[in-house]
Amino acid sequence: MIHPTPSGTRDVLPDEMRELRAITDALRATFEARGYGEIRTPTIEFEDVLRRGETGVDPAYRVFDDHGHVMALRPDMTVPIARVAATRYANAEPPLRFSYTAHVYRGVRPHRGQMREFLQSGIELIGSPAPDGTIEVLTVLCEALDATGLSGYRIALGSASLYPALLRRLGVPEEVGRILLGALGDGDFVSLEREVTERGLDESLLSVPQMRGGPEVLEEIAGSEADGLRRVIAGLDDAVRDRVVLDLGLARGLGYYTGAVFDVLSPTLGEPLGGGGRYDDLLGRFGRPLPAAGFALHVDKLHLALAGVRA
Amino acid sequence: MSDAPLTIAVPRGALFKGTLELLDAIGIDTAEVRANDRRLVFPELGIVTMRPSDVPTYVEAGAADVGITGKDVLTEQDERKIVEVLDLGYGGCRMVLATIETPPGRPDPASEALRRLGVMRVATKYPRICSRYFERTGRQAEIVEVKGSVELAPVTGLVEAIVDLTATGRTLQENGLVVREEIMSSTARLIANPVSYKLKAAAIDDLTAKMRAAREVVA
Repeated sequence: MIHPTPSGTRDVLPDEMRELRAITDALRATFEARGYGEIRTPTIEFEDVLRRGETGVDPAYRVFDDHGHVMALRPDMTVPIARVAATRYANAEPPLRFSYTAHVYRGVRPHRGQMREFLQSGIELIGSPAPDGTIEVLTVLCEALDATGLSGYRIALGSASLYPALLRRLGVPEEVGRILLGALGDGDFVSLEREVTERGLDESLLSVPQMRGGPEVLEEIAGSEADGLRRVIAGLDDAVRDRVVLDLGLARGLGYYTGAVFDVLSPTLGEPLGGGGRYDDLLGRFGRPLPAAGFALHVDKLHLALAGVRA
Repeated sequence: MSDAPLTIAVPRGALFKGTLELLDAIGIDTAEVRANDRRLVFPELGIVTMRPSDVPTYVEAGAADVGITGKDVLTEQDERKIVEVLDLGYGGCRMVLATIETPPGRPDPASEALRRLGVMRVATKYPRICSRYFERTGRQAEIVEVKGSVELAPVTGLVEAIVDLTATGRTLQENGLVVREEIMSSTARLIANPVSYKLKAAAIDDLTAKMRAAREVVA
């Protein structure tokens, strides 16, 4: 007899579980040592709470409770933690530090490496503005990855505010800016080139998001758009800075990022194994305006990268 | 930063010849590839060959750092997380809606089916492009996915219309079909894996610059 599990879900058996547990134990120990206490929140939340985050990742699985309220499975842990910080810690003195290792749920079309249920492990640093908060988060990220034994990884660092600032400085109309940001978000440099050329826009709108490499790429930015990144880079320890590859075209899928954004890359994996950034506006949507930053690691992908398997 | 050489996914099929000419023009000698019809992997050149529709799969997973495939394939597989780096200009073709040619004064069979039956049946190898096109134009279509020669479908009465790629229109014409609507045009594109695009940035930028310079020659 065949009893399948729902598409995009899977079982973990003891051999794999031991390896995953070793990874999450290493991550948890790092987070705890850095003062990021672990928290747990309900897997299921009221949908309007999850939507209040305006993250761009909407909950995919919904049920009704006995009063007809819509509840949904959380698509990430950042929004639930924002809720906790704004309600349970409403009067606590910031900064607040939290960590989590929890399953999240997305409505993806499952193909290789794309699961509907997957385990995320990460931290949130609430109430510590840029650049110090960003620097701390990147530092903890590298410590945590080092603790798992991963070698050869890189942090691709960009800024969600860099390209919008460039658009503003060059006086690009908002509706044109939206088209350019859309092409950039799709990684479609062919459309970006066509739009910039046909509309006679400044060439830097095409060249800047293609800049990748060491800190020297920031020297090519004429305006002040890259000052935020410059301050972060300047504050990093050498060991962390050596891990950083700047990517000025980096656009993460989640809509709540306001400043620095980053992806964790491994040469053994064809996709990021985690990422994060600053979301200075998110907490305000829950009534406690505080700057914040954090990251989430995709534990299964981290496991793949550690196994040296090309996924 | 990783200095490992790039692995390039090269499409066999309609884009094969243009791609090899482009690679020759940028200094990668493809004589071995031309001489070996059955060999798929050429490690000494950093080339792997495959069907055009498989190129995004290998590039998305990082099994190839970069690849060349048609915009038609990328549009059909638009959920793939890849970076579209450069329009290579060659391999130009159009995605069209075609139906059987009717004598003057007689209505197009697909429009007639839509009017009388409320739905037109359409055969295609590109079900997603096809269904999105009919949604966009506000018409109901029953999409029949076929793997082989699409032109056969309306001729045998399986469907009233087809959505397919055409470069010269010759195959359509020879099967008594006529282009009714143009959906999109397509050319060959250079795509990159998003991780390779960052970790092998210098090598990919160098390849892109060479291809940009050479594409005028090939096209």
